[in-house]
Amino acid sequence: MNFPVSAEAARWLALPVGIIFGVLLHRGGVANYNVIVNQFRFKDFTVLKVMFTAIIVGGIGVLLLKSSGHAQYHIKPANMLGVVLGATLFGAGMVLYGYCPGTGVAAMATGSLHAIVGFVGMLAGGVLYALSFTWVEAHIQTVAAMGKVRLPDITGVPDWGWFVILAAIAAVVFWLIETRFRTPGGDLQT
Amino acid sequence: MKETNYSSKTIGGTDRAEAKARWNPYIVGIGIGVLSWIAFGVLDEPLGISTALSSASSVCALPVMGSEGVAHNAYWAKNPLKWNGGMLLLMGTFIGSLLSVLVSHSFRLEKVPATWQKQFGGSTAKRFVAAFLGGVIIMFGARMAGGCTSGHGISGSLQLALSSWTFFLTMFASGVVTALILFRKPATASK
Repeated sequence: MNFPVSAEAARWLALPVGIIFGVLLHRGGVANYNVIVNQFRFKDFTVLKVMFTAIIVGGIGVLLLKSSGHAQYHIKPANMLGVVLGATLFGAGMVLYGYCPGTGVAAMATGSLHAIVGFVGMLAGGVLYALSFTWVEAHIQTVAAMGKVRLPDITGVPDWGWFVILAAIAAVVFWLIETRFRTPGGDLQT
Repeated sequence: MKETNYSSKTIGGTDRAEAKARWNPYIVGIGIGVLSWIAFGVLDEPLGISTALSSASSVCALPVMGSEGVAHNAYWAKNPLKWNGGMLLLMGTFIGSLLSVLVSHSFRLEKVPATWQKQFGGSTAKRFVAAFLGGVIIMFGARMAGGCTSGHGISGSLQLALSSWTFFLTMFASGVVTALILFRKPATASK
């Protein structure tokens, strides 16, 4: 059972949640082309800091919500060929565009004109995918389709074990970033 | 309208007003994490952008395909454009960023970002072509993979989904290779 909010109210609550998301993307500095591209060049680690922290904080909270019966998982199916091909295109597109879909939308609001051009490109990409959807579903999404599996299912390491591992990796990575890889003109916050 | 001047108003290619508006990235990460508690616990809908965006793209196909054609497309029949949580989240992301920019006085028109300019020069046309192509590729990839940096990268990874961690690691590796090729030091001095 989710928290007692009517479906209609929950739907509209998505607007303020989105607004806070937009504020956080901008204030986090990730609605900035330079920050995103320089993550992939290992010159700025803002994206990694934001995402890794969000995954661990979010994951532990959602795990507690789920195990107390207040939330359910929404796992995307592991159609491995589709995920790998799609992610490969996504990574190349992200460096070329300089934004991902969410940060691109946030960047449009900051006055980035090339973010708007890329947004039109994203709409075109959406059309292109819709047109090739039937073929992709039949020929790509069926290859190595493992279903809605989670890492604990395939490894036997329980949920909390994964979060201990992830938190340990994050601690080491963040420590290395903050002590060894501080680049001038990279991460701007003091 | 202000002209972009990278030498006096920027640090490391980033506008000073925008830099001053920055919050600590760890705090921002915690904020997004807490937001995902609400997304799962109350909205029953993970944070994600690309599904709503690809539904919205059906509007662009309307003039060519007509409403019949769009309705009969297998993808849009499955993901029709409507005012659902995902669409409101998408709208909210834009509004939130706009509010944040206005409050912090960091709105600035940008045609060619500093990092791009350093490598490829100041041509607006060149940057716009790249941004457009990048947009096409990223969206096609997002839909094929079943999500983007939000839906897979954050919401999926925090659920420890195999698909999402595969996406995250593959996407990052592909981005690093692309950046290596795109931002390599010019072997021959070409302008």
